Amino acid sequence: VNSTALTHAVIDGILTGAVYALMATGLTLIFGVMNIINIAQGIFVILGAYLSYALSVHLGIDLFVGLLITIPTLFIVGTCVERAFIGRLKGPEKTAMSILVTYAISLIIEGTLNLVFGVNYVQLHSWYVSKSFKVFGIYLPYIYVFGFIMAVVLLGALYMMLYRTRFGASVRASLADHTAAALVGIDVRRVSTICFGIGVAVTAAGGMVYGATNAFNASTSYDLISRLLTIVVLGGLGSLGGALVAGIFMVTLEDVVSVAWSPVWSTMVFFVVLVVVLSVRPQGLFGKQSARVA
Amino acid sequence: MILKRKNWAWAVAFLALVAFPLVFQNPAVTSIAVFTLIFMAAATSWNLFSGYSGYIALGDGVFFGTGAYAMALVSTHMHMQGGYAMFALVPLGGILAMLVAVPVGLICLRVRRHTFVVITIAIFFVFQLAAINFGFTGGTAGIQIPSPSWSASFYNLPFYYVGLALVVVSTLLSAGIRRSRFGLQLLAIRDDEDRALGLGTKVAAVKLTGFVISAFTIGMAGGLYAFFLGQIYPQFAFDPLFDISIALMAFLGGLGTLLGPLLGALILESLQQWLTLQFSSGSLYLVFYGVLFLVVILLMPQGIVTFFGDVWAKRSRGVEEKKLGGVTVEEVVGTRRA
Repeated sequence: VNSTALTHAVIDGILTGAVYALMATGLTLIFGVMNIINIAQGIFVILGAYLSYALSVHLGIDLFVGLLITIPTLFIVGTCVERAFIGRLKGPEKTAMSILVTYAISLIIEGTLNLVFGVNYVQLHSWYVSKSFKVFGIYLPYIYVFGFIMAVVLLGALYMMLYRTRFGASVRASLADHTAAALVGIDVRRVSTICFGIGVAVTAAGGMVYGATNAFNASTSYDLISRLLTIVVLGGLGSLGGALVAGIFMVTLEDVVSVAWSPVWSTMVFFVVLVVVLSVRPQGLFGKQSARVA
Repeated sequence: MILKRKNWAWAVAFLALVAFPLVFQNPAVTSIAVFTLIFMAAATSWNLFSGYSGYIALGDGVFFGTGAYAMALVSTHMHMQGGYAMFALVPLGGILAMLVAVPVGLICLRVRRHTFVVITIAIFFVFQLAAINFGFTGGTAGIQIPSPSWSASFYNLPFYYVGLALVVVSTLLSAGIRRSRFGLQLLAIRDDEDRALGLGTKVAAVKLTGFVISAFTIGMAGGLYAFFLGQIYPQFAFDPLFDISIALMAFLGGLGTLLGPLLGALILESLQQWLTLQFSSGSLYLVFYGVLFLVVILLMPQGIVTFFGDVWAKRSRGVEEKKLGGVTVEEVVGTRRA
């Protein structure tokens, strides 16, 4: 193993890891505020990728410009799904029910995408997907850098919203304690709907970069959701910073293992790390201790 | 009196299942029936741990796959000819699945609720990737299992009755646990684990035991499934859809009830197999299945058995007695909110 290949793997990992972190942040936000696991996050990423695909192939709209359409679209899809199905769940089995409901939604979207776009793998194309530039003796496709910048900008915007606005304060209050937040007059119901919308909306951006760097079809979503769940749990469910760190760490680790050892085992390392970390720290890297209390 | 009537219902249902392949001899029908029985056994077995203890495991495909690979590897290495002797490997698969369940349980059961769900998924993928990547499993090419040389009209029958035996075993296990002290301990863990621990329940041991028992029948179901299909690939033996399907069946029928998973699997698996035959396009079927699933969950969130049980109780005994009998879900939610 030469050091150039390793450097390449690390840079690749950090650049794509940020995109995963963005998608995982959406998932952890939804979990933290609503206490549900959104299994459909994977298929929403693919839906976002297909939307970008349709816009670029049929209307010739640039992938990044297309986000101005796909992000709001997925935001609306997310809020509608929350209002129609997820918000109706209640009772002690709410979390388990949420897994099943979001899984059902995921099946419906998967079937629809198959019917509309077919089952063949597709990939998004643009000049920055095929062209690369040289840095430190490594060739990097432009899309990695553009995707990274986009992820950082969006994550920054998300953090600004969460930590610098009044709405963000209500979100963080709802994250910390539902009942207390409701008692001080926060409309937790509305916060939940908007958070679900935001959590889904970020997948439009993540999906576009994912679709440009990987060939995908609707069933790719299974691979995605298992990775995203791993990242979110490793970081600590409901921890925004945890999702960020775990996203970059896991993807980088995967790339490094793939270069240093073998690509065959790199995916497995992903899950093994989770199992090992949880054995030592059941609440995840940055999770609150209360995650252990039923 | 009521108990007696219940036992009669079980006996009639059992006899109906015994008679079924003798009445409906079309191989297409009996083939659907075999898959349905395998899932009835698996869902019941899943429920006897996850349903009773509230630990929703979404990685039981690990045990199913272990049973399937035990069947495939042992039969090919011993050069078995695919006769009745192969059925002896079904319990072997169950035992191996139990052995696998011990370390898996020790790791997973340290965490609760959502984290438990996710760690079971992660461990599932570790196993799936191992099956793909290790040499002895045949990798993605899979393994051909010796198949019996029975005639086409007879072929499904032995599988059907072994499947029925698995259903009986898992149902008896589930019923036995439900009535035992051990079952009460599992239910106590579901209701309030910390309090159960405080009252002296050895929660770690109880959870692990339940987890391992549930692995037994699921492993056997996996072995039978592999033998019936005649070949296995890592993606079929360790199938994430299996994990979610058996959970779904239990939820649909009624989580934590005895009849629920049986009914849920009977409805879902036969419907799924039938739909696959009806729609040549798998995609349309996915949409249909998803919509159906969503409607049922939203209309009957406690499952069919509990839903109709409530309706029945209201009609036959009046609302008063139902309130005395136990706290309804709505009341629990109400107090938690307040």
